[in-house]
Amino acid sequence: MTTQATTGGAEAPAAVQTRPMVRAEGVTKKFGPVEVLKGIDMTVAPGEVACLLGPSGSGKSTFLRCINHLERIDGGQLWVDGDLVGYRRQGDKLYELKAREVARRRRDIGMVFQRFNLFPHLTALGNVIEAPVRVLGTPRDRARAEASALLERVGLAEKANSYPGQLSGGQQQRVAIARALAMHPKLMLFDEPTSALDPELVGDVLDVMKSLAADGMTMVVVTHEMGFAREVADSVAFLDGGVVVESGPPGEVLGNPTHARTRAFLDKVL
Amino acid sequence: MTSDTETVRVVPVRHYGRWLTAILVVGVAALFLRALLDSPNLEPATIGEYLFKDYILDGVVTTLWLTLLAMVLGTVGGVLLAVMRLSANPVLRGVSWAFIWIFRGTPLLVQIIFFGFLGALFPRITFSLPFTDLVLFDKPTSVVVTGTVAAVLALSLNEMAYAAEVIRGGILAVDAGQTEAAAALGMSPALTLRRVVLPQAMRVIIPPMGNETITMLKSTALVSIIAGRDLMTAVQTVYQGNYKVIPLLVVAAIWYLALVSLLSAGQWAIERRFGRGFARGGVR
Repeated sequence: MTTQATTGGAEAPAAVQTRPMVRAEGVTKKFGPVEVLKGIDMTVAPGEVACLLGPSGSGKSTFLRCINHLERIDGGQLWVDGDLVGYRRQGDKLYELKAREVARRRRDIGMVFQRFNLFPHLTALGNVIEAPVRVLGTPRDRARAEASALLERVGLAEKANSYPGQLSGGQQQRVAIARALAMHPKLMLFDEPTSALDPELVGDVLDVMKSLAADGMTMVVVTHEMGFAREVADSVAFLDGGVVVESGPPGEVLGNPTHARTRAFLDKVL
Repeated sequence: MTSDTETVRVVPVRHYGRWLTAILVVGVAALFLRALLDSPNLEPATIGEYLFKDYILDGVVTTLWLTLLAMVLGTVGGVLLAVMRLSANPVLRGVSWAFIWIFRGTPLLVQIIFFGFLGALFPRITFSLPFTDLVLFDKPTSVVVTGTVAAVLALSLNEMAYAAEVIRGGILAVDAGQTEAAAALGMSPALTLRRVVLPQAMRVIIPPMGNETITMLKSTALVSIIAGRDLMTAVQTVYQGNYKVIPLLVVAAIWYLALVSLLSAGQWAIERRFGRGFARGGVR
């Protein structure tokens, strides 16, 4: 299989301090006749933790999935670390990327899903080393050592040889985080990572995410955990009906919302 | 589980009906067995005489490797056809659909005879470089496609069509979240198929493929019509000479039944193996 990345940001200037990790301009997305994103603008700086809040159906998960091209956008533009998502620019033309090239760009964007999506036929360790070994060509010994360290970091060193079916939801989600981190991502996407968990297991997963944030990881988090957003997020965006209704520092958006829809939503969830 | 507070006798439900049916079944079976043994044409001695004759055993071996080869080729082709059928490429989808349509839509017997008489349709098989006079390969069809080759071709092409549908079903049974998780890790579609989707599809694919193998073992009997040298061909050759039709058919039946029993045992063992590591199903 392929082992070496050849393109990417090779020609881009090396040290652009101000280049945002995620930049969205007027992103739109339709599912059939239904327009779920109606022009999203957003900027996430390197090292920033951005939380996306909003009622279900507001488009926040869809937008998150657009960032690593699991969903294709229908309009607007979206950059990750200076690269257009899903396209390659040559002169004044945009060329749609092939599946293989999209896969290459996704390598350094980690994603954690609501329903974990661990590979059930592999052990916890097997899940974590799979992509480094098969995609990056990391030698198996080194991948194992790194995976063990990551499992220890999420507090599951002793579960390395357990299958996902033998783990609790909270443990599975922490393995999923370790699996994403094994690719050394520059950006982590979290799609409601605690929504499928029993309340008593939420804390362990949030603790892992807090420690990641403290280490300076750039994170975009779709969540209903207001406590996490208030405590950890650098910025919060409230989405409703496919648009960003309100955004800013968590203290302002959550503490003193200016928009009626934000207030109505917060009244219900808090 | 014993309770020492008070001892009561538990009377299980009495199944008088079961005893009645058992007596009935034994009775009918005994009557049939007597009719069988009374028949002058069963000839148990002849059955014993031919059961392990070397040309019958040769036929058994041919039946076995025909089954094995047809299943291996059929499975490999089936995976290819299933992936084509699920591909985003409309040309591949169409080709796969047409192949399955034809080979599932016509009787296996017709296909076997068709390949047996391929020479009547294409007398010579010729490969040459286009736009040149260079001929790479040129032989009469009857030399290339012998009875055995025709048998392998017909059985494996037919199996590909059925296996494709079984495998497609298995692939579709794998949760879409698995593909997304693999994609999010930067795995290419081909790698995702090989490392994530197919291993999980196996659990769904193996039981019906075991069934396919058993069906295939018995379907090989059809190649006797084009002298495929299998067990059935051997048996037919003998009884066309000595007219002992019934004893020789019993010889064939005993062998087929024994081989199918062996395959069933193998299928059971493989299913247990692939059920491991999964929370569902209870078997660990």
